[in-house]
Amino acid sequence: MDVLFYISAIVAILATVFMLTRLNPVHALLYLTVSLLAVSVVFYTLGAPFMAALEIVIYAGAIMVLFVFVVMLLNLGRHTIDTERTWVTPGMFTGPAILAAILVGEVSYLLARSGPRTPAAAVVGPHQVAMSLYGPYLLGVELASFLLLGALVGAYHVGSRRARGRTGVNGSDRVRIATGGDLVRTGADRPSGAA
Amino acid sequence: MNPVLLKIIVLVGILLVVLGLASGLIWLERRLLALWQDRYGPNRVGPFGLLQVMADMIKIFFKEDWIPPFADKWVFVFAPSIVMITVLLTFAIIPFTSVIQITDMNVGILFFLGMSSLGVYSVVLGGWASNNKYSLLGGMRAASQMLSYEVFMGLSLMGTVMLAGSFSLRAIVEAQQHMWFVIPQFLGFVLFFIAGVAETRRLPFDLPEAESELVAGFHSEYSGMKFGMFFVGEYLGVILISALISVLFFGGWLGPVLPPVVWIILKTLFFICFFILLRAALPRPRFDQLMSWGWKWMLPLTLANLAVTGAVVVAMRR
Repeated sequence: MDVLFYISAIVAILATVFMLTRLNPVHALLYLTVSLLAVSVVFYTLGAPFMAALEIVIYAGAIMVLFVFVVMLLNLGRHTIDTERTWVTPGMFTGPAILAAILVGEVSYLLARSGPRTPAAAVVGPHQVAMSLYGPYLLGVELASFLLLGALVGAYHVGSRRARGRTGVNGSDRVRIATGGDLVRTGADRPSGAA
Repeated sequence: MNPVLLKIIVLVGILLVVLGLASGLIWLERRLLALWQDRYGPNRVGPFGLLQVMADMIKIFFKEDWIPPFADKWVFVFAPSIVMITVLLTFAIIPFTSVIQITDMNVGILFFLGMSSLGVYSVVLGGWASNNKYSLLGGMRAASQMLSYEVFMGLSLMGTVMLAGSFSLRAIVEAQQHMWFVIPQFLGFVLFFIAGVAETRRLPFDLPEAESELVAGFHSEYSGMKFGMFFVGEYLGVILISALISVLFFGGWLGPVLPPVVWIILKTLFFICFFILLRAALPRPRFDQLMSWGWKWMLPLTLANLAVTGAVVVAMRR
């Protein structure tokens, strides 16, 4: 298991470095996905299969697909790569590198002080995760659900404002609303006129 | 027998049977569709036209494997393999019988959900890397369709998980000794089936490759064996969802008289035929209808099913 841990940890680090240095946004996102998958394997080798599964389902499978979707929606062409080329310069990495070096120093100090890494005492299955989530951490779960509900209501408000026709209604939209047309189709995903 | 050897035999056996079945399905689908449309279908090559699959395979292997100059080469080559990898990996957790199972994970269902959500990348990246507007539209449709339907695909299974008290597929089958979960979880079964059809992008949910509007959608630019991988991957997905439905809702290998292997094969074949019948029977909806159907009907129904099942389970435990 130790070997698996080190291999996947190295893969995660390399993938993250490549993610930072790629010029094409979709390639960068692919490297980030690989990095998340590697982190998932790290979780698995540390005895947390539930966390490993959730890492794939939520981060690699849902959030990253949304990112890819947005990048595709914007349909960034060749000129983005040129823009990125002017942005991604070696000098840009100095600040983050110094901060990361401080963290690396801290982690190695902690590791050196507490001796060699002890492997996970026991495998933490879904049952234990659920018991602690709905036991000592119940308040945290409730707060997270408040936040998500707030985000949901906010997203609905932002998404439905144009459909209700309060702002930025052009001719065709007004006709469609007047005739009781399908509100879904007048959303922002349908550029009207010359756009 | 040596347990390692047994494991290897099971692994290779499952791989061969599943791949063989997937290519056999091409023939089965064409024959069944023809039957329901009052014609014969492929019946010239070999007995009952069975060798048609071989002929198609030979043809597809010898076709020109063309990568368009405007495509993003590496992503274009890599995309078709993702669907094969993720679907085949999921077969590792399916308990075909109490012996024939590659690994019994205690997070089995979550593993399946994770793999199926990674499978989306295949279609999305295939569509993006082709650098063609129809492919891109197909890929975008695939992304939004599969993200929406994945949400309640996972939630529709949680009723079963609650009743069995485990994510492990083997434990779920063993919990169905006395009653198949399709009876207390009928709504969950229907919702999972619909989500499964959407996940495999079969008609009526094949909008990412709607021929009448998008040429061939995300695989417009693909040819030769790369197209073949998308094609076989789709059939592998059908087998996977059918096997999962038999395992989760219809008692898996459990059944009287006949040996367990025969039961799981019969149940799986039944649902595969149902997939094909759906293709023959249903028209394709419009894309906004598909999305609003998913979010406005399926998701609330799933949540209601979840709440009621949870309440009943809690009441029964008292």
